[in-house]
Amino acid sequence: MNARKAARGLSLHGVIWLIGAFVVVPLIYAVISGFKSTGELTTNPFGLPEHWKTGNYLGILGDGMFWRQIANSAGIAIGTTVVTVAASAMAAFVLARYAFRGRELFYMLFTIGLMFPFAVAVLPLFLLLRTFDLLDNPLGVILPQAAFGLPMTIIILRGFFRTVPAEVEEAAIMDGCGKFRFFWKILLPMARPALGTVSVLAIVASWNNFFLPLLVFNDPKWQTIPVGVQQFQGQYSTDYALVLAYIVLAMVPALAFYAVAERQLIGGLTAGATKG
Amino acid sequence: MPSSVAAPTKGPADERTGDERTEGAAPASPAVPARSLLSGLAGWASVAWFLVPALVLFLVFVLAPIVVAVHNSFYKWGGVGPMVDFVGLENYVRLFDDQVFIGDMGRGLYLIVLSITVQLPFALFTAVLLNQKLRGRAVYRMLFFAPYILSEVVTAVLFTMIFLPGDGMADHLAGALGLEGLQGKWLADPSTVMPTLFVVMTWKYFGFHMMLFLAGLQGIPREVLDAASIDGANAWQRFRYVTLPLLGPTIRISVFLSVIGAIQLFDLVWVMTAGGPNHSSETMAISMFQFGFKRYQVGYASAISVVLFMISLVFSLFYQRYVLRRDLSGAVTTGGGR
Repeated sequence: MNARKAARGLSLHGVIWLIGAFVVVPLIYAVISGFKSTGELTTNPFGLPEHWKTGNYLGILGDGMFWRQIANSAGIAIGTTVVTVAASAMAAFVLARYAFRGRELFYMLFTIGLMFPFAVAVLPLFLLLRTFDLLDNPLGVILPQAAFGLPMTIIILRGFFRTVPAEVEEAAIMDGCGKFRFFWKILLPMARPALGTVSVLAIVASWNNFFLPLLVFNDPKWQTIPVGVQQFQGQYSTDYALVLAYIVLAMVPALAFYAVAERQLIGGLTAGATKG
Repeated sequence: MPSSVAAPTKGPADERTGDERTEGAAPASPAVPARSLLSGLAGWASVAWFLVPALVLFLVFVLAPIVVAVHNSFYKWGGVGPMVDFVGLENYVRLFDDQVFIGDMGRGLYLIVLSITVQLPFALFTAVLLNQKLRGRAVYRMLFFAPYILSEVVTAVLFTMIFLPGDGMADHLAGALGLEGLQGKWLADPSTVMPTLFVVMTWKYFGFHMMLFLAGLQGIPREVLDAASIDGANAWQRFRYVTLPLLGPTIRISVFLSVIGAIQLFDLVWVMTAGGPNHSSETMAISMFQFGFKRYQVGYASAISVVLFMISLVFSLFYQRYVLRRDLSGAVTTGGGR
């Protein structure tokens, strides 16, 4: 009986290790290949490097362009998050806690936005941004990203705001607290966990966005990391080891962020999916 | 006469209670205190103050583009200068005559079918494995989810390198396994590009579905499974007749997200193959991009946008009306996502 149990445990781990290999091998391959020369990648594709070549990684880290792209991505992610969360929190507040004519209609309008694939809007959006003179301007990426982030953020925040008991608001009003003060001084601090979750979602979505920055930014000085990765691959397409080193370095901030904010990220994504 | 007057006023009221009921899944919403029922202009003004920023953003950057796309799709237009060449439905007629576009829809369907029959069962299988008591399962979960966090572009470049003809890891691996027939093909051959693309999609997205399923599995009460055990159900029967039905809502959402994702697939394909070789991996979004930004046939590209939109909209409405509807009233697993 115990032997059977042990065998079962072993085969269970075997299957999981197989799945794990499927996930991890491409990543490890990239990390190790970054330490090789492109020539060695052909002669020795799987083994450890004969000479650990740090030049690929160090060369990229010493290049201002890489850091510039990181800074652009970070700035745009922060801008997007601030706009998305601020506008959503305000809207979710009245949609959650006040009865007014057309409330459900407004709420429905926002939830319909979930059904609009970004790919549909991108062409007219580009024309619109051109008309507003927002091309080669970070706002041209931040504002549309924020707008497309509204539906999910409003749904999550509205759900949270509704759980705050009416007594809290009544007590606040009794103490002479107005709507604005209640929102700013009491509701938002109470909603910190929910605000954390939606912020993390907005940051990741913005960090990974490719389509919009690709179209909006012509000037390389605005390029974000995903656009930079694609450009770099085009530019050094024959130096495979260097390209792999570049994507490994491009992965680091996202994975580090994931390590820090894992709980909010997974909680938010699954909650967002099941509620949307 | 009075009854006919009463009827219309009753209509909206009924609708309102209907709305409230669908939201019943959310924790009992606090009844809004009667005092704060907005009265007069001051109340309206403050509601507007809170609502306007989101509303303006949404109207300008989400809704307006759709309207603009519909408008532009009736013109033959290169993207600059005045739009004067009204062609009516010509762009649409041309679209459904375009073999590449018909192919786009077929390829979308191909990815949807594979996602539902291969990727989702694989994700469910992994979730069930990791839902057991297991040393290090938190690490496995975190690891399997990690590809979902990476950007599509990084993923695409990584796998472009892996599937590189001649020097990529996949060719070396195929050689070592005696699969020389695959060498040099992968993303470069029309007969293998779609399955290869699907493998990359699975690598990137299965962890997300696994997480959804894990949340769903954790919402299934222990007692239900224990009761089935006592009744003599074996492991497979417990899975088939208890777990699977109770996971229904989660599975239906997973299917929904897979379909929407496949319909609008762009980044991965654009970076890996740009739709090639010879259109054999082109998706609707790629076609739209090619015509809109490379060939400057903006009117035609707008028609593709509109069709893409209609397909998503019709599917979403249909799916929510007929498939997701029964899940709205507090199914067992909806609590899991919180």
